[in-house]
Amino acid sequence: MSLTLERRQAPTAPDAVEVVRRARRAPRLHHRRLVAGLVLALVGAFAVRVLLGDYTVTIPDFVRILGGEQIPGATYIVMESKLPRAVLAVLVGVAFGVGGAIFQTTLRNPLASPDIVGVSLGASAAAVSAIALAGWSGWSVSAAAVAGALGVALLVRAVAGDHGGFRLVLAGIGLAAAMQSVIQYVFTRVDEWDVQLVLRWLTGSVNGVAWAGIGLLAVALAVLLPATAWAARSLPVSELGDDAAAGLGVGRTRTELLMLLGVLLVAVGVAAAGPVAFVAFLSGPIARALNRGRTTLPAAGLVGAVIVLVGDHIGAYAVPDLNLPVGVVTGAFGAPFLLWLLARGPRHALRGRRAA
Amino acid sequence: MNPADPTGTGSARLEASGLTLGYADTDVVRELDLQVPHGKVTVVVGANACGKSTLLRGLARLLRPRSGAVLLDGEAIHRLPTKQVARTLGLLPQNPITPEGVTVADLVGRGRHPHHGPFGLLGRTRQEDEQAVAEALVLTDTLELADRMVDELSGGQRQRVWIAMALAQGTELLLLDEPTTYLDVAHQVEMLDLLAELNARRGTTIVMVLHDLNLSARYADHLVALLHGRIVAEGTPREVVTEEVVRTVFGLDNRVIDDPVSHTPLVVPVGRHTPVPAPASPVKETR
Repeated sequence: MSLTLERRQAPTAPDAVEVVRRARRAPRLHHRRLVAGLVLALVGAFAVRVLLGDYTVTIPDFVRILGGEQIPGATYIVMESKLPRAVLAVLVGVAFGVGGAIFQTTLRNPLASPDIVGVSLGASAAAVSAIALAGWSGWSVSAAAVAGALGVALLVRAVAGDHGGFRLVLAGIGLAAAMQSVIQYVFTRVDEWDVQLVLRWLTGSVNGVAWAGIGLLAVALAVLLPATAWAARSLPVSELGDDAAAGLGVGRTRTELLMLLGVLLVAVGVAAAGPVAFVAFLSGPIARALNRGRTTLPAAGLVGAVIVLVGDHIGAYAVPDLNLPVGVVTGAFGAPFLLWLLARGPRHALRGRRAA
Repeated sequence: MNPADPTGTGSARLEASGLTLGYADTDVVRELDLQVPHGKVTVVVGANACGKSTLLRGLARLLRPRSGAVLLDGEAIHRLPTKQVARTLGLLPQNPITPEGVTVADLVGRGRHPHHGPFGLLGRTRQEDEQAVAEALVLTDTLELADRMVDELSGGQRQRVWIAMALAQGTELLLLDEPTTYLDVAHQVEMLDLLAELNARRGTTIVMVLHDLNLSARYADHLVALLHGRIVAEGTPREVVTEEVVRTVFGLDNRVIDDPVSHTPLVVPVGRHTPVPAPASPVKETR
């Protein structure tokens, strides 16, 4: 013992600090590079979405249009179709990406994402009911969506109790099915509806949303995202389990605040574009894989934005003469991933330990 | 000798007073009084389900008392801000979760959380963090693992890393719930040596729950034996580890002899099929 003591007392401190500094810097640098790369990818996808397609807009023309100049044909297409779709795609992508990653990380289960456990569909059911049955619009629709999302989240938690894992996922899938039937019921009660509208509230779409709705979402995110950034500072500690987190001075209320912000992010996204299928579910795990397995909310948000932009572009132009809503495309890509996660088995996918 | 307690009076910073703890509708710890001697190593022992882990969780403010209180410097620990408590009192739970993709230096750095302000890291804090993490890694002999993934480490290495995280927290008091579980005997001794050195060098007050009575007797300054949520014996290992107490607490027929290495009491269990040789006991048992 005295031998080891002497060795440990040797004045290696400056070296040791340098070793620690280097070891701690590596993942931080990687994360910074990842976020920068994703921002570039997002800018690229945004440019493709706005400038290319059936009608090509040159960059100088695009700048002139933004400057308020009227170019016959082009101004209308950019300002009323392409640009709002692209901006909305980015905003809902970020909202779903961050919201989904919050769920998956706090519940320690990639299957516990809001679009699988019924939270997104709960928001959608409440929003469509408010619009179609009560004739609401604007902020009140967002409020209804928030109420629906919160209601489902609390119900899932009441059913699953303090257990995460399978019980939570099964309860959520059951509630998701119930919410889906609520949405379908609402459509039987209204006189005027079309396929696009039904698809929006069932699988999500960024098509045909007015600037006012986009502005509403932007304002909501301007409040929610900084709040999330603040609350998520305790996430690296919460990840160590409830007891270890409590020992480090992070109580359950902090985790619950973060979950609440996740529910709100998803709800405001749904109010604007419907429950775009599987974006919340896919973004977190993809961002995590790109970040060498480590949790990252910013990268999850950026991945979500890229997915929705690219998905919308594919939906708009992949099949000639058919404008598919983005949710159909993301659903088609998300389903195989869900199957793969399930096939990987309980060890990885379902090691959640407690419910929200 | 001991920087935190130079006079050796062992006054308590952490104590339980009339503490009752429980889950759902059962009381697990009942009206318990305990003064944790300051600057000493206290070990809580007892049979399975005697409430020792519950007591530790209660002392670490993870459980709200049904009645009574846990006092830190005379104040009810539940009324103190939890982050403030975390700067004085550290906890290593029995089964902490290792997040995916986390490196040793990163995990140990998370122990610094209680020292961060409400808006995160400032330059000065980061330097202090790095200093504290480096010290913790050196103390636990894990510096060379700093950039390794925690989930790639062996059980013994991983446990040392978790201890390092608790050390980086820089608390005067450290509570550990069975820190030697899942470790082989060599790693158990290594772990307890490490904690003993920590107590000797930093004067850290240590409270831990241990399963192994003989290792408890060797490493404890103060031993607490629990039965059905109550303290049945408390004091130095020599006072507590007697054949009678061991029989009461564990329901185990036993002999207590002198540990030839540390000269602390050593419990030798008497099994049902072991004939007891005459010199060890005047009564020959043939159960």
